Order: sequence, then C-alpha cells, then structure tokens
Amino acid sequence: MKKFRKIFEKFIEGVLFSSSTITSLTVILIIVFLFREGIGLFQSSPLEKNFVITVSKQNPVQELDATQVKAIFNQDITNWSKVGGANDSIILFTTSDIATYYTEEEIGANFEFLPKKLNDFIVSHPGAIMYVSGKSLPPGFNGHKIKVKDITVSNFIFGKQWYPTSDPIPSFGIWPMIIGTLMVTLGALLFAIPLGIATAIFMAEVADIRIRNILKPVVELLSGIPSVVFGFFGLIVIVPLIQQMFHLIVGETVLAGSLVLGIMALPTIITITEDSLRTTPQALKEASLALGATRWQTLVRVVIPYAKSGISTAIILGIGRAIGETMAVLMVTGNASNIPHSFLVPTRTIPATIAAELGEAPYGGLHFKALFALGIVLFLFTIIINFTVEFIKNSKQRT
Amino acid sequence: MIQAEAKNINVWYGDFHALKDISMTFEPNTVTALIGPSGCGKSTFLRLFNRMNDLISNFRLEGLITVDGQNIYSKEAKIDEIRKGIGMVFQKPNPFPKSIFENVAYGLRVNGINDRKTIQETVERSLRQAALWDEVKDDLKKSAMSISGGQQQRLCIARALAVQPRLILMDEPASALDPISTAKIEELIFELKKSYTILIVTHNLQQAGRISDYTGFFYLGDMVEHDLTKKIFLNPSNERTQNYITGRFG
Repeated sequence: MKKFRKIFEKFIEGVLFSSSTITSLTVILIIVFLFREGIGLFQSSPLEKNFVITVSKQNPVQELDATQVKAIFNQDITNWSKVGGANDSIILFTTSDIATYYTEEEIGANFEFLPKKLNDFIVSHPGAIMYVSGKSLPPGFNGHKIKVKDITVSNFIFGKQWYPTSDPIPSFGIWPMIIGTLMVTLGALLFAIPLGIATAIFMAEVADIRIRNILKPVVELLSGIPSVVFGFFGLIVIVPLIQQMFHLIVGETVLAGSLVLGIMALPTIITITEDSLRTTPQALKEASLALGATRWQTLVRVVIPYAKSGISTAIILGIGRAIGETMAVLMVTGNASNIPHSFLVPTRTIPATIAAELGEAPYGGLHFKALFALGIVLFLFTIIINFTVEFIKNSKQRT
Repeated sequence: MIQAEAKNINVWYGDFHALKDISMTFEPNTVTALIGPSGCGKSTFLRLFNRMNDLISNFRLEGLITVDGQNIYSKEAKIDEIRKGIGMVFQKPNPFPKSIFENVAYGLRVNGINDRKTIQETVERSLRQAALWDEVKDDLKKSAMSISGGQQQRLCIARALAVQPRLILMDEPASALDPISTAKIEELIFELKKSYTILIVTHNLQQAGRISDYTGFFYLGDMVEHDLTKKIFLNPSNERTQNYITGRFG
C-alpha cells in the first residue's frame, strides 16, 4: 500500500514536471520561430527570388540601395550621373517591355531566343537597366548584375513606405505603423485611464454595496466580449458617428480605433485599479478618518497613494491590451499605411497589418518575413511593458 | 465636572443588540479602562465616541453621547469636526506609508493648516509628548514603516495628539507589542493623563490595574460595573465582575 502511494506520488510529480516543461518549451519555441522567420528579412536582398537587376558591362555602377532602385524604376531618377555613373540617361527594361522592342517571331514561340535578344538589347542600349529573371540571361551576357543592398534594421523601422509587393523592389518601412499603433494606443489610454480609474474609485469607495454588486459583473462581462464584436460595434456605431461629427469623408480613423480600444482596455484598468484600491487596509482609512479627514481627503491622501503601484500596473496592462489588439482595430481604423498627423485620419497598426496581410504573403518570401519582423517589433513592445510592470511591482515590495 | 458622557446607549448591528442601555460618565484627566471578554461590546462602545461605528452599514444607535457637553450625534454635528477633536489609537500600529514627519503632520494638513512653522512646532511637540522625539528627531524624513512596532505605536499616539484632542480613545494599544514597548506605552499613558482624558480598551487586566483610575466591566453587551479601579479589582460588588477578575471565565 505504501509502495503504491510512493509510485503514485512520483507519477503526479512527473505529470506536474512535464506540464511545466511543455509550457515553457512552447513559449520558447514560439519566440525562436518568430525571431528565425523575422530576422531573415535583414539578411536577404530585397529583390524577388531569381530575379536580377543588370546593366551594361561598360556601366561603372556596381551597387545601388533599395531607394535608388525604386527611384529609377519610378522614373524619379533618369540619369546615371545621379547614382554615381556616367552622364547618360537611364533606359528602363523589364520583362514585360520585351514586346515593345521585339516581335513575337524574333523572341520565338517558346521564348527560345529571349536570352539572345536580352543580350542584344544591353549591347545596343548601354544606358539600360534591366529587371529580368536571372535564368533568362545567356552565358557570356554582356552586362553585370547590380548588387542591391540588403534591407537594414534602420530602414525597416524608420522607413516611411510600406509597399510589400511592388516591383522591382518592395518597401518595408514600418514607421507609419509604429506611429499608428502608438497613436491609437495613446488615444485609447487618454480616454480609458480617466474613465477607468474614476469608475474603479466609484466602485471601491463611493458606491454602496448593491450598486457595486451590479457594476462589477457588468465590467467583467465587458472583458469577455470577443474583440470582433467590439470591432463590429465600432464599425456600425462609432465610425459613422465620427464621420458625421467631424464631417469626414471616411469615419475609419485613429479616433475610432482609440475609442474601440479604450472600451476594450476599460475592464483591465477598472478591475485591477479597484482591486488595488480595496487592498488599502481598513486600519489606514480609519486612522485618517479618526484624525478628522473627510472621506474625500482620505481617498486622495491615503487610499490612492497606497494603491499607486496597483494603479500603474493597471494602466500598463491596459496599454498591453490595447497595443496588441488586432481584430477590432483592423475593422475600424481604415488600414492606410501613412503616418497619421491627426486623430481624424485613417491609419494602420502593427497587429492589424499582420492579420490583414499574412494570408496573401507567399510562405518564406520577403513579405512573409517582413510580417514576422513586425511581429518581433510588437513582441518587443509587450516585453517592455511586462518588464515595466515587474519593475513597478518590485519597487513596491522594497518600500 | 464631566468630560464625556454616554446616556442610555443602545446599539444594534442589524438584529444583534450589541450594547444594552449603557450609561457612563468620564471625568477630565482620568484614565478609564474598559474590560471584558471578547465580543462584550467594549470596542463598540469606545468607537461610539468618534463615530467610527458609522462606517458599518447596519449600525444603529439610540441614546445620547456628549463630549464637552456637545451632542456628537446631533444633526448639526459635523462628523469630521467631531473626529478631529477626539484622538484614536488603534490595536495594531497603523502609521501611513509616509515619512515620520508627514504622519504627525497629517491631521493638521487635512484640517487646512499649511503654515510651515506651525506644523513643524506641532510635530515636535507631539513627538515629545509621545516620548518619541529623542529616538527619531534625526530621521523625521524616514519612512514610518522603517521604525519598530513600539515606536510606530507611539508615532500613532503622536499623530493623534497633533490635533489637540479633547479625548483620547485607545483600542488595545499595546496588545500587538512586546513587553518593553508595552511598558513604554503605559508610562506614556500615565504622562498623558495630565493633559488628556483617556478611554482605553484592554484585554490585559494587570494593565488595566496599573494604568487606570476607573474601570468599566462589560459583559455580553451589558455594562456590569463601573467604579474606581481599586474597588473593581479588590472588592467588586457584582459576582460576574468578581468571576472575571479572578479568572474564572473570560
């Protein structure tokens, strides 16, 4: 009997151990996966796989960065001298241009003469820049490949354009999304913090027990509503309201996102603030009252200072909730990837971008990796938030 | 002369009849100990004098409580003003998580006194009265949580003294302290008696015998006997008091 119990205890111990191991392994795996996919973006050329950019052998230009290539193909730069070459105008050539220069017979029914024609073109047009498949270039091709600089962390983060699928070079600049995310979050907090804290104070200190017993479950219910429903509510109610109030062409704005997120962050802020206000010992409140302080003075001078770290935690967790929220924001912010200069323009947040685009991004491609890199940025945001919470909690324990 | 008086007091918590028709008077510059077994109503009675029981939602009072002739439960009485004039020291030391100085200054600040000099003088005077000044005068900015439990309790007394109360209520002020701190508190009570009227609830009969002039014995909501402490301890007129004092129950 005793032996059986010992085996049973060992078994339970094993179950507990393996559960915690599985949990931690899962977390680590997710992080590793996120970083492995995301970091890949920064070691690869921004060109599509197998495609190359070539110029004539005589052309001295060896290397271009992504913005220069973009400017050339957008015809913002039309002369080689601007990018360190000779004073010669740039002739653009992509695979689709082949038909303008050569007839179908010349290329051949199965493109069998294409490599030769490409060579002919580069010989006859020394100022040409070609964006073609590397496989279609013949051996002994009379040109050299242009090295396009890899995507760097700084132009990923501070880049202002997000054109993940444009030819020949996509742009992966997430600055507008970072700003958009922060603005939506900030707006949400401007609205949710005062409202949330006021509600929490009301519930903890002012309301009589019956009102509190109604309010508390209502607030908790709010946190149980799926985010899609919030988004739906935002789209049907808040967006048209904003459109009418400010006479906008579109109501899907930063403000709409902020309001929806604010509502979603409210339960977190209210619940945690209220709990921390309630942890103020009755003895301290009585001490204050016994000295002739009014209920309001006691609240401001004793209860709130005592709950300060709890209130900070509530705010930061509210930020965490707001910053990572996807669906509702995706539905109400309009998803325009430009830097919002006011609260009344559309924007797009990091999580919304990932959710909206991951389905269209080919697996393993640059776009795919860029979305994972976005995930890393978001992950870093939340890590910072979590560390701040830990820091505040620890600093409370010290005093 | 009478400093404080309770007249035909009945208290209910919901249906529970906590205090039954109690009348007592307290003379100035005396210490009155309220003794009795747990749940006898002595703390409830004490807390009537600064209206602390008002915080309890189903509390109900009948009868008259006066301090310095003023009916503190009258409609015109302002609860904050009344509490300001009556100091209270609680069972467990409960300093605010602020500096030592700010703890003592709290009562002044909430009552609208902001003059720096007045505050400083009052803090020093109160800490001296509470026999704590010499121990903390160099650490006034230190957190009140960093001093010992006994010092914290004396700080709480200083805090109560700062608003110059007419009456001081003590709810088992030494029950959470070590013997040496307890002795200091008792000495302090003896000193304070010269300037204040003190009501003290205690579980410790020896303590009641040492420090009080009068003793009231409470039992199950009744005030069984109220007399000079000497009389209560040496020659109680009621049998229940006799049994409690001699340790036969309680």
